[in-house]
Amino acid sequence: MSDGNQPPASLKVVGTRPIRPDGVDKVTGRAQFGADFHLPGMLTGRIKRSPHAHARIVKIDISAAEKRPGVKAVVTGADLDVGAGGDIEAGEHAAAMKDVAANCLASGKVFYQGHAVAAVAATSPEIAAEALDLIEVTYEVLPHVVDVDEAMAPGAPVLHDDMFTKGVTPKPTKASNVAQKHVMGRGDVAGAFAAAEVVVEGRYTTAAVHQGYIEPHACVAAWGADGQSTIWCSSQGQFLVRAMTARILNLPLSDIKVIPAEIGGGFGGKTTVYLEPVALALSRKCGRPVKLVMSREEVFLASGPTSGSSMDIRLAATKDGKITAAEMTLRYQAGAFAGSPVNLGCMTAFACYDVENLALVGYDVVSNRPKVAAYRAPGAPMAAFAVESAIDDLARKLKMDPIDLRILNAVKDGAKTVYGATVRYSAFIETLEAVKAHPHYKAKLGPGQARGVAAGFWFNIGGESSAAVHVDEDGGATVVSSNPDIGGSRASMAMMAAETLGLPIERVRCTVADTTSIGFSGSTGGSRVTFATGMAVVEAAQKVVADLRRRAAQTWECDIAHVEWKDGVATCLDPSKDAKPLSLKALAGKSAKTGGPIAAEVSLNAQGAAAGYGVHVCDLEIDPETGRTTILRYTAAQDVGRAIHPAYVEGQLQGGAAQGVGWALNEEYVYNSNGLLDNASFLDYRMPVASDLPMIDTILVEAKPNPRHPYGAKGVGEVPIVPPLAAVANAISAIVGQRMTSLPLSPAKVLAAMGGG
Amino acid sequence: MVRVVSISSRVRDLTGGLDNFEVDARSVRELLRTLEARFPGLGQLVETEMSLAIDGEIHQDAMMEQLGPAAEVVLIPRISGG
Amino acid sequence: MSRTVVNAVVNGEPVEFLAGGGQSLLDALRDELRLTGSKEGCGTGDCGACSVIVDGRLVCACLMLAPEAEGKRIETIEGLADNGHLHPLQHQFLEHAALQCGFCTPGLLMASKALLDRNPDPTETEVRYWLAGNICRCTGYDKVVRAVMDAAADLRQEGKSK
Repeated sequence: MSDGNQPPASLKVVGTRPIRPDGVDKVTGRAQFGADFHLPGMLTGRIKRSPHAHARIVKIDISAAEKRPGVKAVVTGADLDVGAGGDIEAGEHAAAMKDVAANCLASGKVFYQGHAVAAVAATSPEIAAEALDLIEVTYEVLPHVVDVDEAMAPGAPVLHDDMFTKGVTPKPTKASNVAQKHVMGRGDVAGAFAAAEVVVEGRYTTAAVHQGYIEPHACVAAWGADGQSTIWCSSQGQFLVRAMTARILNLPLSDIKVIPAEIGGGFGGKTTVYLEPVALALSRKCGRPVKLVMSREEVFLASGPTSGSSMDIRLAATKDGKITAAEMTLRYQAGAFAGSPVNLGCMTAFACYDVENLALVGYDVVSNRPKVAAYRAPGAPMAAFAVESAIDDLARKLKMDPIDLRILNAVKDGAKTVYGATVRYSAFIETLEAVKAHPHYKAKLGPGQARGVAAGFWFNIGGESSAAVHVDEDGGATVVSSNPDIGGSRASMAMMAAETLGLPIERVRCTVADTTSIGFSGSTGGSRVTFATGMAVVEAAQKVVADLRRRAAQTWECDIAHVEWKDGVATCLDPSKDAKPLSLKALAGKSAKTGGPIAAEVSLNAQGAAAGYGVHVCDLEIDPETGRTTILRYTAAQDVGRAIHPAYVEGQLQGGAAQGVGWALNEEYVYNSNGLLDNASFLDYRMPVASDLPMIDTILVEAKPNPRHPYGAKGVGEVPIVPPLAAVANAISAIVGQRMTSLPLSPAKVLAAMGGG
Repeated sequence: MVRVVSISSRVRDLTGGLDNFEVDARSVRELLRTLEARFPGLGQLVETEMSLAIDGEIHQDAMMEQLGPAAEVVLIPRISGG
Repeated sequence: MSRTVVNAVVNGEPVEFLAGGGQSLLDALRDELRLTGSKEGCGTGDCGACSVIVDGRLVCACLMLAPEAEGKRIETIEGLADNGHLHPLQHQFLEHAALQCGFCTPGLLMASKALLDRNPDPTETEVRYWLAGNICRCTGYDKVVRAVMDAAADLRQEGKSK
């Protein structure tokens, strides 16, 4: 449902719910995803992976594999050439390319079970599998550590002997697993706690969870004899794949063309490379196209996930419920290489609230797990789990309504966040109020049932994007987008172009271009596409409209100031001319006579993204026999600016809520004492299925469109995964009668807390 | 004078502990140049790994952005997303 | 490796292909017949992205051996639309925006068709439990369930008007 704020009547396309332009391809099986490409002479690639959690590679002998008939190429880490490395902007932060390369194919050491050590390309899957067995790797097994707190403890096995904690003065002299310490804060925290009327505190932990996209990573790479290569792959950014592959193999960017396939989900997990440099290295060795596709087990072992965490939190408040101070320590698993999103955890933790005195410390900690990748609102859900649980404690202690307590402490426009931004265009309070007014929040609970409430924040970003608008000779238009369409963005791009041009949506189509066919763009991530690439689309369409007006003026021999463009038609306002209106179709059909083809391309670096706020409400009950939680009712409300295509915005809220419910209840990486993953399959890594969930009601709060976007859009994709962890946990805690602090709240854990089991 | 505030301990490593100081600069480009001259490595760090909140609005790669005479620039870790 | 000739009817057309003894039906559909609409999300029968209908029965194509397809009638996503006309399920999935990335969609559509073939008027709970073998990570299932319910109503209406 909407919050009742109607879009301006002048909008004809924005705010409607047309069928997406790529819809039929996706319901008929015609859409081409990463593993669907096939080229003549194509070989099957396979990757040999470490069976150990932590080991030194003493020797890799590939000779027997190379001799096997049908094996065309074998590569190891020695075939990569990342040189000085450097960073490339990706996922949640700049990616250190030396680490990305060493993650694609190990160099010297393996840091987790499943770490890639070698790869083969062969004429059949069977031969490729045999060849893997013929590669002999000699390991010196090392002690391992998978738990974040254990990895920080003195005496823990150290993964990287050149890792000296950054952000600590003076610089440490001893290597450790703490890659970086982040400190942020303001005010007099100690003083505020000394004067506090109420204090709540807790220690919280969350498990590592996987993005869980259904499409495993897949690519085809074809090396050309002239050094020019083509890569077909499923990713969140064709330009990112090009940049990373080029860097890892030391190739010029212009010699690599990356053609984006349809992408079967990413959620941040496809903002890096695992396969593409390896496939291209194999293809370079044998001159034939090579396809590499991960199995689901490989996806779990060697891609993603996001950090597990351990956190301590304390809140100080007045007895009226005003939070006066907070302190929090966050420890996030980075996996095998530095780069957990703990800094984003620190920045987002209290972004919803106006707290004068804050002290946050974050630790980025490596351990023998796969290198984390970005996952929807990276770093925020875990921090929000702790913060929103603590606020729930405060509400209970003060016997306050949890929404009233949040309204009392909510940020308003003009407030200064701890990370330096000033809050603007925010509708957090309106979102809280919308939830309070919703029938769900007023509905009576049945016996044994409880309701949890929690809020969440994400920055949303802008950044570099390119787009083109081509007017076809018959007066329709094609939008060329630079971003893979992961959740319906072709629809929103086409809609914004149609709105600007004054065309019906059916007359505008949208394509996603390869790296040679459109200007550079950042990845599909950070909830930036509708905002930033949308801005490029609108600016390109505006250029086209300006050009159409010029052409009409030229046709009528009147001043361009006298040409009005409305609903796809140019009208002459010069009363001295007897000029019939010119439609887009008429102008397009005669484009040759007014200067040639009508098209515009815009590349920009979008600034002014507005943050988003979400509030979720969850009703649930627990089976006292088994400890199993059943979600009975769920409502997700969000400050969305303006929804371009409301159905796909609702879909983002519903999908994020479902992922968050999985994170709260069931999903986790389970390691055994040997540091090996015990649940690398969809059977044992339990993601929500249809029978686990009720309908998920949505409230799109459109009270504050973002004035920095031509149609008011704010990013919407990431916020919805932030509140569910605590929304679920708060309700479970209410039933169990004690604060549940450790995710996932699996049946066994809940049953134990209830005194059963 | 532009007031520079940092919330990143990486910055503190290079400024000898300072996280709030003034710099004379009229644009982001000039600011980075000045930071690099005063604290070797900082201009580079900010350019490659950080975003700027200029008077409360977050900017990425905003080298051309002009800074007012009393501007506040907060150095923050780069924000992206999934 | 020895391969056997398999004769089957796929989407109403007789086909003949060579299958390895250990090859799955999914691999045969994708690699031999180039029907890549059926997807592999797990290879272990847990995600349902490869759902196809074999002799009227819903199966995960990744769990069936290709030689077992001998003499069988197989329906895949490529055959769901009728001569270019979308099936009501396909139509409702689009109307409801019941897909985001679209990767699980072919499997969800085939599983839904198998449900409606045997139960033209399912309850929400029946839809949710029937589709519990098809994982969708994008949508949270809300719009999927609505689309299936509405398609069922469309099909009942179609049945009445015939």
